[in-house]
Amino acid sequence: MNGATRRARRERWLEGSLLLAALASACAVLLILAFLVYFSLPLFRPGAIAGILSGRWQPVGGEFGILPMLAGSLLIASLALAIAFPLALGVCAFVQGLGPPALARPVLAAVHFMTSIPTIVYSFVSVILLVPALRSAFAGRGGFSILTASLVLSVLILPTIVLLVHASWSGLGPSVRMTCAALGLSRTQEIFRVLVPVSSRSLVVAAILALGRALGDTMVSLLLAGNSPQWPSSILDSARTLTAHIAMVLAVDSQSPAYLSIFSSGLILLLVTASLTLAVRWIQSAAGRRRR
Amino acid sequence: MRRRLADRALLAGSWVSTGIILAAVLVLVGYLASRGGGALGLRLLFGDADPLAAITGRQPVFGGIWPALAGTCALVLVASCLAIPVGVASGVYLSEYASHRLQIILGFGVDLLASIPSIVMGLFGFTLIIFLRRTILPGANTSLILAAGCLAVLVLPGISRATYNSLAGLPDSLRLTGAGIGLTRWQSVTRVLIPAGSRGILSGCILGIGRAAEDTAVILLTGVVATSGLPRGLTEKFEALPFRIYVLASEHRDRAELDEGFGCALVLLLLTAALFACAFWLQRSFERKWSR
Repeated sequence: MNGATRRARRERWLEGSLLLAALASACAVLLILAFLVYFSLPLFRPGAIAGILSGRWQPVGGEFGILPMLAGSLLIASLALAIAFPLALGVCAFVQGLGPPALARPVLAAVHFMTSIPTIVYSFVSVILLVPALRSAFAGRGGFSILTASLVLSVLILPTIVLLVHASWSGLGPSVRMTCAALGLSRTQEIFRVLVPVSSRSLVVAAILALGRALGDTMVSLLLAGNSPQWPSSILDSARTLTAHIAMVLAVDSQSPAYLSIFSSGLILLLVTASLTLAVRWIQSAAGRRRR
Repeated sequence: MRRRLADRALLAGSWVSTGIILAAVLVLVGYLASRGGGALGLRLLFGDADPLAAITGRQPVFGGIWPALAGTCALVLVASCLAIPVGVASGVYLSEYASHRLQIILGFGVDLLASIPSIVMGLFGFTLIIFLRRTILPGANTSLILAAGCLAVLVLPGISRATYNSLAGLPDSLRLTGAGIGLTRWQSVTRVLIPAGSRGILSGCILGIGRAAEDTAVILLTGVVATSGLPRGLTEKFEALPFRIYVLASEHRDRAELDEGFGCALVLLLLTAALFACAFWLQRSFERKWSR
């Protein structure tokens, strides 16, 4: 009896510490949010928020608007997604049977390997190889530019899309294949007229997750996009992302108004990536409900 | 006829996109290997210093990457000690203890944490230091322990997810067996389920280690410096491989420094690729074992 109660108490105690670990992992995001909000608080004085959200960054003139950086982030990330998504679908189709079956495994292995290549290694090699190549291709422009950063980011996010879409298509499995074969569809028709529409939700989820990765990346845009804090007018222009902005302002250690802008940049990044996660959750739960 | 043409175009597109991606990876790895391969050697690690004296820290290293390599190892070690226990415990709770409702809520918190960009994690560490300075620890400064802590939070959700997935993927018969032979829940978790899922859990931990080793944005804001020598303590500044590559990419002065950059990038790639290969192999053998 005594042993049994002691054992029960021990079980409860162990369960409690596991719960604590789970709570810590789940609530860490709230702590981070609280810190960023706390440090952005001076923003909620009259005048300050308009200053941050103005469209100009000219520290000398006392203007600390971060909207150009938000535009830079969105532009670079969406261009990267626009390049990576069709390529990723092509690779998935290749693996699913448009290419020779013997090559499917090596190609998938290569894509898996790509996930292990550090971002900084991609950026380093691109500084040496891609920047001079693009500069000579566009007659001196476009070296450190939106285009360069987007090209490298597209390679970075491609594995995310390929692996998610491939998993979704493989999950649809032999039943779809049999049906399509029975209907006399070619492999191309099966993939692009059946698999793509049927798995549209997974495609959207893969695109959202890849976009989040591209928005959150720092090193590629810091090293390759040129970092000039201006409104981009062409993809051959230099631009600064929110992530690179945080790194740059902290590197030069400037004073309070510039500091303020990095906390709001961090807050914006956090809110954007969190809403992307929320969107993924929503899509997946809607899919779950429909299946039931 | 028109349909036939569309089929052809899609087929060609699939081959071309696979070709582009494979070519990009081959160029990256090939160029890195050819330029960095020549630089590999004792000179890359220790510069002009005597290797034995450098390893033990009796002689400072100039122009070698040994301090950066040691710094990265120290970072990864401390970060794993912090992240792995909490991550595994939280995954175990979510999979084996939590009610369905709690699973959804806490799981969403973990997903949110996973979506946070690494620069925001670095910014969090930075604000934490400002906060500590203003309140209880006036002497606090960015340091190895801060960087490792932030890296730990960065990789925590991945480890938690991997643990959850490994345990949730185990057959229910294992849980019934545990209960059937009179094990308590804790005994069943530690003696049956965790051993059965160990390869999957380990794979997730190794991926987390790789992520901590390659991340640059977090340490950029939390205490990495270009020259500090070997890491001397938890509250000291430190060097790290990814940061070394970043510095060399943005401001290499001559050919020798560029070669050092290539050597450094190759070393980091070999490190993350080796970790990734281990994780991949473990995950495969885990899935094969429990796929029936």
